[in-house]
Amino acid sequence: MKTILSKAQLAITIKRLSNQLLENHLSLKDTVLIGIQPRGIHFSDRIVKELSEQTPTIKIKYGKLDITFYRDDVRQGLHTLNHTDIPFSIENKNVVLIDDVLYTGRTIRAALDALLDFGRPAKVELCVLIDRRFSRQLPIQPDYVGKAIDSIISQKVIVFWKGKDQIEEVQLVE
Amino acid sequence: MQLSTKHLLGIKGLLPSDIQLILDTATQFKEVLQRPIKKVPTLRDVTIVNLFFENSTRTRISFELAEKRLSADTINFTASASSVTKGESLLDTVNNILSMKVDMVVMRHSASGAPHFLSQHIPAAIVNAGDGINEHPTQALLDAFSIREKLGSLEGKKIAIIGDIMHSRVALSNIYLLKKMGAEIMVAGPPTLIPVYIKEALGVQVEYNLKKALEWCDVANVLRIQLERQNQVLFSSLREYSLAYGINKKILDDLNKEIIIMHPGPINRGVELSSDAADSKQSIILQQVENGVAIRMAVLYLLAGGKAEAN
Repeated sequence: MKTILSKAQLAITIKRLSNQLLENHLSLKDTVLIGIQPRGIHFSDRIVKELSEQTPTIKIKYGKLDITFYRDDVRQGLHTLNHTDIPFSIENKNVVLIDDVLYTGRTIRAALDALLDFGRPAKVELCVLIDRRFSRQLPIQPDYVGKAIDSIISQKVIVFWKGKDQIEEVQLVE
Repeated sequence: MQLSTKHLLGIKGLLPSDIQLILDTATQFKEVLQRPIKKVPTLRDVTIVNLFFENSTRTRISFELAEKRLSADTINFTASASSVTKGESLLDTVNNILSMKVDMVVMRHSASGAPHFLSQHIPAAIVNAGDGINEHPTQALLDAFSIREKLGSLEGKKIAIIGDIMHSRVALSNIYLLKKMGAEIMVAGPPTLIPVYIKEALGVQVEYNLKKALEWCDVANVLRIQLERQNQVLFSSLREYSLAYGINKKILDDLNKEIIIMHPGPINRGVELSSDAADSKQSIILQQVENGVAIRMAVLYLLAGGKAEAN
């Protein structure tokens, strides 16, 4: 087991990613943030909290997306369903998809399919906390990366969040 | 996350956890049905045949819509327009259809136990859409879903099932389901339409007085008189039945509380339910129909998914 990001580093990384998002979407007027269920939500909650502290006058459009119905492995076993909640239109908006770990890219592929069923966004970007590079099975690239790591298939990246887990850090487990 | 069964033949064989899973899954599908594009690609590699050996409007359209909203391929089969009229048996008919690579069978049949028989002979998953006077599981599930949506839970709630209990598969499935989920059940109707030993066999209360039943319950599930299944005279006329057991707005207004009115359809207006009661704001009959699609999507999804693993 190896710690990739400690609690303090995690806080700085979230701050940095929020700043990068603000840099590219200054007023957040035509931008919507969508966290991917279930694990991406903890990360997107923190990003949204950070953003709303920096821009208290702006009401951030924030939704949650469950991709279970769009998975390509339904016939291999069922996954627990989570709630989808996108209480606004994404038509012509800049959408930022937020997830914790980017690995094979299959989740994001499913998320893109799911997203397009809600409308036609002007642009879709991807923000991830951990990018397990060189392990993609589909041509998908993130726009905002907390930390890029090199890992092999047998390893696992686990993100622990305070409030849900005992500790708050990112670990690489053998 | 998996059902304990490969088929949905009836509520009788389900565990309370199965029912919970179906209802919770249906909640997520109900959200899908509110989206701009009310369709998900989940079952795009699954082929489903709808075998209807008996007439149906709601159930059939509801299943077909559920299948299409899940992107499954569907085939419709109506017995009256098929080779069944030339003398082909049920098993032969189904085996011929299955040899064309069909994964699931949704079936309605006038013989009780037809889907159970079929499940012992074919590999495909079967969903019972009503068999004779035995069970109609998806109707009971959508009734439970609608009650839960309205009252928050099923546990401890008082449900009266009123009308032709003897010939109703909806009544039997509802009793099994509500019992498993901890609701209190009363059946009400004329003595000739209530099986004699139902109290001992199924543990429900029996009431022959409509007014008393309505005063007792939180929800009244009103059933149709199934004249097509009655081959003897069980009451003198529909008019007499309606006078003693018909529910109208006045009877509802005279109660000292507001109860919920449900009906599985088709309604015979003016017999078991008057128009002013059926169309009142206490009635959730159309919500039941709406929820039916979500429930059937949940059932098909849970039975089709995870199949490769199970085999």
